[in-house]
Amino acid sequence: MHELALTESLVGRVADRTVGRRVTAVHVRVGLLSGVVPEAMELCFDVATAGGPLAGATLVIERVPGRIACRACGARSPAEDLVLVCPCGSADVEVVSGRELTLSRVEVLREASCA
Amino acid sequence: MCLTCGCGSDDVRVSLPGSSEPSHLHDHGHEHGHEHGHEHETLVLEERLLAKNDHLAEHVRAFLAVRRMTAVNLMSSPGSGKTSLLERTIAELGDGQPVYVVEGDQETSFDAERIERAGARAVQVNTGSGCHLDAGMVGRSLRALDPVPGSLLFVENVGNLVCPALFDVGEHARTVVISVTEGDDKPLKYPTMFASADLVVVNKIDLLPHVDFDLRRLEDQARSLNRDVTVLALSVRTGEHVRDWYAWLSSLAAHHEERTAAERREEGEPHGAAVGP
Repeated sequence: MHELALTESLVGRVADRTVGRRVTAVHVRVGLLSGVVPEAMELCFDVATAGGPLAGATLVIERVPGRIACRACGARSPAEDLVLVCPCGSADVEVVSGRELTLSRVEVLREASCA
Repeated sequence: MCLTCGCGSDDVRVSLPGSSEPSHLHDHGHEHGHEHGHEHETLVLEERLLAKNDHLAEHVRAFLAVRRMTAVNLMSSPGSGKTSLLERTIAELGDGQPVYVVEGDQETSFDAERIERAGARAVQVNTGSGCHLDAGMVGRSLRALDPVPGSLLFVENVGNLVCPALFDVGEHARTVVISVTEGDDKPLKYPTMFASADLVVVNKIDLLPHVDFDLRRLEDQARSLNRDVTVLALSVRTGEHVRDWYAWLSSLAAHHEERTAAERREEGEPHGAAVGP
Protein backbone atom coordinates (compact mmCIF):
# COMPACT_ATOMS: atom_id res chain seq x y z
CA MET A 1 0.00 0.00 0.00
CA HIS A 2 1.75 3.14 -1.20
CA GLU A 3 -0.24 5.26 1.25
CA LEU A 4 1.81 3.73 4.07
CA ALA A 5 5.12 4.65 2.43
CA LEU A 6 3.82 8.11 1.65
CA THR A 7 2.50 8.64 5.18
CA GLU A 8 5.72 7.40 6.76
CA SER A 9 7.63 9.82 4.58
CA LEU A 10 5.25 12.61 5.62
CA VAL A 11 5.67 11.78 9.31
CA GLY A 12 9.45 11.69 8.94
CA ARG A 13 9.49 15.03 7.19
CA VAL A 14 7.30 16.66 9.82
CA ALA A 15 9.43 15.18 12.59
CA ASP A 16 12.55 16.63 10.99
CA ARG A 17 10.96 20.06 10.69
CA THR A 18 9.59 20.13 14.25
CA VAL A 19 12.41 18.66 16.29
CA GLY A 20 11.81 19.20 19.98
CA ARG A 21 8.26 20.47 19.57
CA ARG A 22 4.95 18.82 20.26
CA VAL A 23 2.97 18.45 17.03
CA THR A 24 -0.79 18.55 17.49
CA ALA A 25 -1.99 18.51 13.87
CA VAL A 26 -0.62 17.89 10.38
CA HIS A 27 -2.53 19.40 7.45
CA VAL A 28 -2.18 17.91 3.96
CA ARG A 29 -3.90 18.43 0.61
CA VAL A 30 -4.68 15.28 -1.36
CA GLY A 31 -5.97 15.62 -4.91
CA LEU A 32 -8.65 13.14 -5.85
CA LEU A 33 -6.80 12.33 -9.11
CA SER A 34 -3.47 11.73 -7.34
CA GLY A 35 -3.80 7.97 -6.94
CA VAL A 36 -3.75 8.30 -3.17
CA VAL A 37 -6.75 7.26 -1.08
CA PRO A 38 -7.27 9.78 1.76
CA GLU A 39 -8.95 7.22 4.02
CA ALA A 40 -5.96 4.90 3.65
CA MET A 41 -3.63 7.75 4.63
CA GLU A 42 -5.72 8.41 7.73
CA LEU A 43 -5.45 4.77 8.69
CA CYS A 44 -1.69 4.75 8.08
CA PHE A 45 -1.09 7.96 10.01
CA ASP A 46 -1.89 6.36 13.38
CA VAL A 47 0.42 3.46 12.56
CA ALA A 48 3.21 5.71 11.32
CA THR A 49 3.08 8.05 14.32
CA ALA A 50 2.70 5.44 17.08
CA GLY A 51 5.53 5.58 19.59
CA GLY A 52 7.33 8.38 17.75
CA PRO A 53 7.65 12.13 18.19
CA LEU A 54 4.31 12.74 16.44
CA ALA A 55 2.33 10.30 18.59
CA GLY A 56 -1.11 11.73 19.32
CA ALA A 57 -1.07 14.25 16.47
CA THR A 58 -4.11 14.53 14.20
CA LEU A 59 -3.97 14.27 10.40
CA VAL A 60 -6.26 16.76 8.66
CA ILE A 61 -6.79 16.02 4.95
CA GLU A 62 -8.15 18.62 2.57
CA ARG A 63 -9.54 16.69 -0.41
CA VAL A 64 -9.01 18.60 -3.65
CA PRO A 65 -11.51 17.75 -6.39
CA GLY A 66 -10.27 17.17 -9.92
CA ARG A 67 -10.72 19.98 -12.46
CA ILE A 68 -9.72 20.08 -16.10
CA ALA A 69 -9.33 22.84 -18.66
CA CYS A 70 -10.15 22.01 -22.28
CA ARG A 71 -7.64 23.13 -24.90
CA ALA A 72 -10.27 22.79 -27.62
CA CYS A 73 -13.17 24.82 -26.22
CA GLY A 74 -11.53 26.56 -23.28
CA ALA A 75 -14.12 25.37 -20.74
CA ARG A 76 -13.23 24.29 -17.24
CA SER A 77 -15.06 21.33 -15.79
CA PRO A 78 -14.93 18.87 -12.91
CA ALA A 79 -13.07 15.56 -13.36
CA GLU A 80 -14.39 12.66 -11.32
CA ASP A 81 -11.78 10.15 -12.47
CA LEU A 82 -8.73 9.75 -14.69
CA VAL A 83 -10.75 9.39 -17.90
CA LEU A 84 -10.25 13.05 -18.69
CA VAL A 85 -12.75 14.25 -21.24
CA CYS A 86 -14.31 17.70 -21.59
CA PRO A 87 -18.12 17.78 -21.84
CA CYS A 88 -17.53 19.09 -25.42
CA GLY A 89 -16.08 15.66 -26.25
CA SER A 90 -12.43 16.66 -26.52
CA ALA A 91 -9.79 14.67 -24.68
CA ASP A 92 -7.23 17.42 -25.24
CA VAL A 93 -7.42 18.66 -21.67
CA GLU A 94 -5.10 19.84 -18.96
CA VAL A 95 -5.52 18.93 -15.30
CA VAL A 96 -5.71 22.19 -13.34
CA SER A 97 -6.30 20.60 -9.95
CA GLY A 98 -6.68 17.21 -8.35
CA ARG A 99 -3.10 15.95 -8.52
CA GLU A 100 -1.99 17.67 -5.28
CA LEU A 101 -0.03 15.77 -2.65
CA THR A 102 1.09 18.56 -0.37
CA LEU A 103 2.14 19.00 3.24
CA SER A 104 0.54 22.39 3.78
CA ARG A 105 1.06 23.20 7.45
CA VAL A 106 1.71 21.84 10.90
CA GLU A 107 0.33 22.94 14.25
CA VAL A 108 2.71 22.76 17.18
CA LEU A 109 2.67 23.84 20.80
CA ARG A 110 4.64 27.01 21.24
CA GLU A 111 7.54 26.55 23.63
CA ALA A 112 7.96 28.66 26.75
CA SER A 113 11.67 27.99 26.59
CA CYS A 114 13.94 25.52 24.94
CA ALA A 115 16.81 24.20 26.99
CA MET B 1 9.69 1.75 9.82
CA CYS B 2 11.77 4.01 7.69
CA LEU B 3 10.89 7.60 8.41
CA THR B 4 13.47 8.96 6.06
CA CYS B 5 12.58 8.26 2.47
CA GLY B 6 9.12 6.75 2.51
CA CYS B 7 10.25 3.42 1.15
CA GLY B 8 7.72 1.76 3.40
CA SER B 9 10.11 -0.41 5.25
CA ASP B 10 13.41 -0.50 7.01
CA ASP B 11 14.10 -4.02 5.81
CA VAL B 12 14.96 -3.04 2.24
CA ARG B 13 18.03 -4.86 0.96
CA VAL B 14 20.11 -4.22 -2.13
CA SER B 15 22.37 -7.01 -3.30
CA LEU B 16 24.31 -8.20 -6.29
CA PRO B 17 23.65 -11.86 -7.15
CA GLY B 18 26.17 -14.04 -5.36
CA SER B 19 26.99 -11.46 -2.71
CA SER B 20 25.98 -12.37 0.82
CA GLU B 21 26.17 -8.89 2.24
CA PRO B 22 22.95 -7.03 1.52
CA SER B 23 22.90 -3.56 2.93
CA HIS B 24 20.20 -1.26 4.18
CA LEU B 25 19.46 1.67 1.97
CA HIS B 26 19.55 4.59 4.34
CA ASP B 27 21.39 6.38 7.02
CA HIS B 28 19.11 7.19 9.87
CA GLY B 29 19.20 9.85 12.48
CA HIS B 30 16.24 11.19 14.35
CA GLU B 31 16.07 13.53 17.25
CA HIS B 32 13.13 13.15 19.50
CA GLY B 33 10.93 15.85 20.88
CA HIS B 34 10.77 17.12 24.39
CA GLU B 35 7.91 18.88 26.07
CA HIS B 36 7.44 22.53 26.77
CA GLY B 37 4.22 24.37 27.01
CA HIS B 38 1.50 25.42 25.79
CA GLU B 39 0.32 27.75 23.06
CA HIS B 40 -0.50 26.71 19.48
CA GLU B 41 1.58 27.87 16.60
CA THR B 42 1.16 27.10 12.90
CA LEU B 43 4.16 26.32 10.72
CA VAL B 44 3.36 26.83 7.04
CA LEU B 45 5.39 24.31 5.01
CA GLU B 46 3.72 23.89 1.58
CA GLU B 47 5.95 21.01 0.50
CA ARG B 48 5.13 18.27 -1.95
CA LEU B 49 4.79 14.93 -0.18
CA LEU B 50 6.95 13.30 -2.83
CA ALA B 51 9.56 16.08 -2.81
CA LYS B 52 12.33 13.89 -1.45
CA ASN B 53 11.72 11.07 -3.90
CA ASP B 54 11.43 13.50 -6.81
CA HIS B 55 14.69 15.15 -5.77
CA LEU B 56 16.45 11.78 -5.69
CA ALA B 57 14.92 10.94 -9.08
CA GLU B 58 16.57 14.05 -10.53
CA HIS B 59 19.89 12.83 -9.13
CA VAL B 60 19.33 9.49 -10.87
CA ARG B 61 18.60 11.29 -14.15
CA ALA B 62 21.74 13.41 -13.75
CA PHE B 63 23.81 10.25 -13.27
CA LEU B 64 22.20 8.67 -16.34
CA ALA B 65 22.84 11.82 -18.39
CA VAL B 66 26.56 11.80 -17.59
CA ARG B 67 26.78 8.18 -18.73
CA ARG B 68 24.53 8.79 -21.74
CA MET B 69 22.14 6.07 -20.55
CA THR B 70 18.47 5.48 -21.23
CA ALA B 71 16.27 4.11 -18.46
CA VAL B 72 12.92 2.34 -18.67
CA ASN B 73 10.71 1.65 -15.66
CA LEU B 74 8.87 -1.66 -16.23
CA MET B 75 5.70 -2.13 -14.22
CA SER B 76 3.04 -4.84 -14.20
CA SER B 77 1.17 -7.40 -12.14
CA PRO B 78 3.22 -10.39 -10.99
CA GLY B 79 3.52 -12.98 -13.75
CA SER B 80 2.89 -10.78 -16.80
CA GLY B 81 6.31 -11.63 -18.24
CA LYS B 82 8.55 -8.66 -17.38
CA THR B 83 11.57 -10.80 -16.57
CA SER B 84 11.01 -13.04 -19.60
CA LEU B 85 10.78 -9.96 -21.81
CA LEU B 86 14.09 -8.75 -20.41
CA GLU B 87 15.77 -12.15 -20.83
CA ARG B 88 14.77 -12.24 -24.48
CA THR B 89 15.75 -8.61 -24.98
CA ILE B 90 19.20 -9.12 -23.46
CA ALA B 91 19.82 -12.21 -25.59
CA GLU B 92 18.61 -10.61 -28.82
CA LEU B 93 20.19 -7.18 -28.43
CA GLY B 94 23.46 -9.03 -27.84
CA ASP B 95 26.84 -7.61 -26.97
CA GLY B 96 26.35 -4.47 -29.05
CA GLN B 97 23.99 -2.99 -26.47
CA PRO B 98 25.03 -3.31 -22.83
CA VAL B 99 22.02 -3.73 -20.55
CA TYR B 100 21.70 -3.32 -16.79
CA VAL B 101 18.70 -4.30 -14.70
CA VAL B 102 17.48 -3.23 -11.28
CA GLU B 103 15.21 -6.01 -10.06
CA GLY B 104 12.58 -5.20 -7.45
CA ASP B 105 10.85 -7.94 -5.50
CA GLN B 106 9.71 -8.25 -1.93
CA GLU B 107 11.91 -11.30 -1.43
CA THR B 108 14.41 -13.57 -3.22
CA SER B 109 17.01 -12.84 -5.87
CA PHE B 110 15.49 -15.25 -8.42
CA ASP B 111 14.98 -12.54 -11.03
CA ALA B 112 18.42 -10.97 -10.74
CA GLU B 113 19.91 -14.45 -11.16
CA ARG B 114 17.78 -15.02 -14.28
CA ILE B 115 18.98 -11.70 -15.72
CA GLU B 116 22.62 -12.54 -15.04
CA ARG B 117 22.18 -15.94 -16.67
CA ALA B 118 20.73 -14.13 -19.69
CA GLY B 119 23.95 -12.13 -19.92
CA ALA B 120 23.36 -8.74 -18.30
CA ARG B 121 24.44 -7.26 -14.98
CA ALA B 122 21.67 -7.02 -12.42
CA VAL B 123 21.15 -5.82 -8.90
CA GLN B 124 18.36 -7.16 -6.74
CA VAL B 125 16.41 -4.85 -4.46
CA ASN B 126 14.32 -6.69 -1.88
CA THR B 127 11.74 -4.32 -0.52
CA GLY B 128 10.58 -6.53 2.35
CA SER B 129 7.04 -5.38 3.00
CA GLY B 130 7.42 -2.48 0.52
CA CYS B 131 5.27 -2.55 -2.58
CA HIS B 132 7.31 -0.43 -5.02
CA LEU B 133 10.79 0.83 -5.85
CA ASP B 134 11.67 4.44 -5.19
CA ALA B 135 14.34 6.76 -6.55
CA GLY B 136 16.64 6.25 -3.55
CA MET B 137 16.75 2.50 -4.16
CA VAL B 138 17.48 2.96 -7.86
CA GLY B 139 20.23 5.50 -7.13
CA ARG B 140 21.85 3.09 -4.73
CA SER B 141 21.53 0.27 -7.25
CA LEU B 142 23.17 2.36 -9.97
CA ARG B 143 26.17 2.97 -7.74
CA ALA B 144 26.44 -0.79 -7.19
CA LEU B 145 26.14 -1.54 -10.92
CA ASP B 146 28.58 1.16 -12.09
CA PRO B 147 27.24 0.89 -15.67
CA VAL B 148 29.30 1.61 -18.78
CA PRO B 149 28.41 4.72 -20.82
CA GLY B 150 25.77 4.34 -23.50
CA SER B 151 24.04 1.41 -21.81
CA LEU B 152 20.37 0.69 -21.31
CA LEU B 153 18.90 0.48 -17.81
CA PHE B 154 15.71 -1.42 -17.02
CA VAL B 155 14.09 -0.97 -13.63
CA GLU B 156 11.86 -3.99 -13.13
CA ASN B 157 9.51 -2.72 -10.49
CA VAL B 158 7.76 -4.76 -7.80
CA GLY B 159 4.84 -6.61 -9.41
CA ASN B 160 1.71 -4.61 -8.68
CA LEU B 161 -0.43 -2.26 -10.75
CA VAL B 162 -1.03 0.30 -8.01
CA CYS B 163 1.85 1.55 -5.91
CA PRO B 164 4.77 1.87 -8.36
CA ALA B 165 2.77 4.40 -10.42
CA LEU B 166 3.30 7.10 -7.83
CA PHE B 167 7.09 6.95 -7.59
CA ASP B 168 9.40 8.52 -10.15
CA VAL B 169 12.57 6.40 -10.11
CA GLY B 170 14.48 8.64 -12.51
CA GLU B 171 13.34 6.80 -15.64
CA HIS B 172 12.97 8.32 -19.10
CA ALA B 173 9.95 6.21 -20.01
CA ARG B 174 7.39 4.04 -18.27
CA THR B 175 6.27 0.73 -19.68
CA VAL B 176 3.33 -1.25 -18.34
CA VAL B 177 3.35 -4.94 -19.27
CA ILE B 178 0.04 -6.76 -19.24
CA SER B 179 -0.61 -10.32 -20.36
CA VAL B 180 -3.76 -11.44 -22.16
CA THR B 181 -4.64 -13.81 -19.32
CA GLU B 182 -5.15 -10.84 -17.00
CA GLY B 183 -8.16 -9.42 -18.85
CA ASP B 184 -8.70 -6.46 -21.17
CA ASP B 185 -10.34 -4.25 -18.52
CA LYS B 186 -7.22 -3.53 -16.49
CA PRO B 187 -6.61 0.07 -17.65
CA LEU B 188 -9.84 1.37 -16.15
CA LYS B 189 -9.37 -0.75 -13.04
CA TYR B 190 -5.87 0.64 -12.48
CA PRO B 191 -6.12 4.07 -14.07
CA THR B 192 -3.23 5.78 -12.28
CA MET B 193 -0.81 3.19 -13.60
CA PHE B 194 -2.02 3.31 -17.20
CA ALA B 195 -2.41 7.10 -17.20
CA SER B 196 1.30 7.49 -16.46
CA ALA B 197 2.54 4.93 -19.02
CA ASP B 198 4.41 5.83 -22.21
CA LEU B 199 4.10 2.30 -23.53
CA VAL B 200 1.77 -0.62 -22.85
CA VAL B 201 3.15 -4.02 -23.86
CA VAL B 202 0.46 -6.69 -24.23
CA ASN B 203 2.28 -9.99 -23.74
CA LYS B 204 1.35 -13.65 -24.34
CA ILE B 205 -0.64 -13.02 -27.52
CA ASP B 206 0.12 -16.64 -28.47
CA LEU B 207 -2.60 -17.47 -25.90
CA LEU B 208 -5.25 -15.27 -27.56
CA PRO B 209 -7.11 -18.24 -29.10
CA HIS B 210 -7.65 -19.64 -25.60
CA VAL B 211 -8.80 -16.56 -23.66
CA ASP B 212 -11.46 -13.87 -23.94
CA PHE B 213 -9.27 -10.87 -24.43
CA ASP B 214 -10.26 -8.01 -26.72
CA LEU B 215 -7.10 -6.18 -27.71
CA ARG B 216 -9.11 -3.31 -29.16
CA ARG B 217 -10.96 -2.85 -25.87
CA LEU B 218 -7.70 -2.70 -23.94
CA GLU B 219 -6.28 -0.16 -26.38
CA ASP B 220 -9.41 2.00 -26.18
CA GLN B 221 -9.33 1.97 -22.40
CA ALA B 222 -5.63 2.77 -22.28
CA ARG B 223 -6.08 5.67 -24.73
CA SER B 224 -9.06 7.03 -22.79
CA LEU B 225 -6.65 7.52 -19.89
CA ASN B 226 -3.66 8.57 -21.91
CA ARG B 227 -4.22 9.51 -25.52
CA ASP B 228 -0.51 9.50 -26.42
CA VAL B 229 0.23 6.00 -25.14
CA THR B 230 1.79 3.45 -27.51
CA VAL B 231 0.39 -0.09 -27.36
CA LEU B 232 2.43 -3.06 -28.63
CA ALA B 233 1.04 -6.61 -28.67
CA LEU B 234 3.62 -9.38 -28.72
CA SER B 235 4.60 -12.79 -27.45
CA VAL B 236 7.85 -13.11 -25.57
CA ARG B 237 7.56 -16.91 -25.77
CA THR B 238 7.19 -17.19 -29.57
CA GLY B 239 8.95 -13.93 -30.45
CA GLU B 240 5.98 -12.66 -32.48
CA HIS B 241 6.16 -8.86 -32.87
CA VAL B 242 9.00 -8.59 -30.34
CA ARG B 243 10.82 -6.56 -32.97
CA ASP B 244 8.31 -3.74 -32.38
CA TRP B 245 9.57 -3.54 -28.81
CA TYR B 246 13.18 -3.27 -29.95
CA ALA B 247 12.19 -0.55 -32.41
CA TRP B 248 10.43 1.35 -29.62
CA LEU B 249 13.52 1.02 -27.37
CA SER B 250 15.82 2.21 -30.08
CA SER B 251 13.64 5.20 -30.93
CA LEU B 252 13.39 6.07 -27.22
CA ALA B 253 17.18 5.95 -26.88
CA ALA B 254 17.66 8.06 -30.02
CA HIS B 255 15.08 10.62 -28.92
CA HIS B 256 16.56 10.76 -25.46
CA GLU B 257 20.12 11.12 -26.73
CA GLU B 258 19.06 13.98 -28.98
CA ARG B 259 17.35 15.75 -26.09
CA THR B 260 20.32 15.28 -23.77
CA ALA B 261 22.68 16.64 -26.41
CA ALA B 262 20.45 19.68 -26.89
CA GLU B 263 20.35 20.30 -23.13
CA ARG B 264 24.13 20.07 -22.95
CA ARG B 265 24.53 22.57 -25.74
CA GLU B 266 22.18 24.90 -23.88
CA GLU B 267 23.91 24.50 -20.55
CA GLY B 268 27.42 24.43 -21.97
CA GLU B 269 28.45 21.58 -19.70
CA PRO B 270 27.22 18.23 -18.41
CA HIS B 271 25.32 17.69 -15.16
CA GLY B 272 27.09 16.55 -11.98
CA ALA B 273 27.99 12.88 -11.85
CA ALA B 274 26.93 11.96 -8.34
CA VAL B 275 23.85 9.98 -7.43
CA GLY B 276 22.50 10.94 -4.05
CA PRO B 277 21.61 14.04 -2.12
